[in-house]
Amino acid sequence: MNADLKLYEAIKNSKIDLILSLPCIMLKGLLQLIEERKEIDHISITREEEGVGIAAGAYLGGKVPAIVMQNSGLGNSVNAIKSLLQLYKIPVIFIMSHRGAEGEKIIAQIPMGKLTPDLLDLLKIEKFIIDSERSLKQIQTAVEHSISSGMPTGILLKRKLWGSL
Amino acid sequence: MKRFDAIKRIIETINNEILVCNLGSPSRELFNIKDRDENFYMLGSMGLASSIAFGIAIAKPNRKVWCIDGDGALLMNLGSLSTIANNQPNNFTLIVIDNGAYGSTGNQKTHTSQKTKLETIAEGAGFESIYVINNEDDIISTLKTLDRGCHFVKIKVLPGNAQVENIPLNPEQVKHRFIKSISN
Repeated sequence: MNADLKLYEAIKNSKIDLILSLPCIMLKGLLQLIEERKEIDHISITREEEGVGIAAGAYLGGKVPAIVMQNSGLGNSVNAIKSLLQLYKIPVIFIMSHRGAEGEKIIAQIPMGKLTPDLLDLLKIEKFIIDSERSLKQIQTAVEHSISSGMPTGILLKRKLWGSL
Repeated sequence: MKRFDAIKRIIETINNEILVCNLGSPSRELFNIKDRDENFYMLGSMGLASSIAFGIAIAKPNRKVWCIDGDGALLMNLGSLSTIANNQPNNFTLIVIDNGAYGSTGNQKTHTSQKTKLETIAEGAGFESIYVINNEDDIISTLKTLDRGCHFVKIKVLPGNAQVENIPLNPEQVKHRFIKSISN
């Protein structure tokens, strides 16, 4: 089983039952599996902040939503994370490819890539790092943490998960 | 007609619909016209009313969801129109009260006071059921005809806020009673 499939299975086997997504080249395989298998409700969105709103509404209606996105979108979501998710205590799981880190070839990704771990800390978002197939079990832990704390939670997918640095 | 008058008419029409309301004056006016457990009052995250309402509509397909949005707020999140229109929830009505102004911050003009037409943007985004209301008398008759579907309703009003009290609920109170009221 390749890393994409294992990542997909880890998400599917968590309580996540709605995925809102924006693409990233690192997420290509995962998004393809989500689209093809149709086992988890999936909606593609236009901007990460919009996804925060949809996820908040879906949670209020009883879903366990996650936003699959590039870490650059964390910057687009800051105000909504603070003044919607954390203000009302709404758990949403951010599953982010960590661009602009190890092995990055596109220079424009680097500033946000460097900032991302610190930004998560500053936002008081607990972060879980996925950098190997063994660490995929952290996805379940992150989802449980988000639900029990009622708070948004971050999962950073590192390029190493796919073994290509 | 001002926003307060439009919200009054919307509330006269509403039955057991879930209602998400844009932040600031619209939520305060709604609270003072008729507080309901099924009202979700936004307190921050300007622009996300339609997205929150859409999320609820997906999660609660057997409940009708209405959203009161504003022109300035919707202009912040136009992509939401395309996401909603492409998913066509059949339990969703977006009501945009368009006063051509950022009402809660001193009535600075928005682009809808000049060239921008939200109903045309909604059509381009893919909405197929679009209504524009200019007279207060038409609000109730229009909203009453809406059956299941994915509707965009623009109500054109003059700028101006009613002098009303703040909402005496904290965010978690708003959330808890809202979830409880819609969880059946």
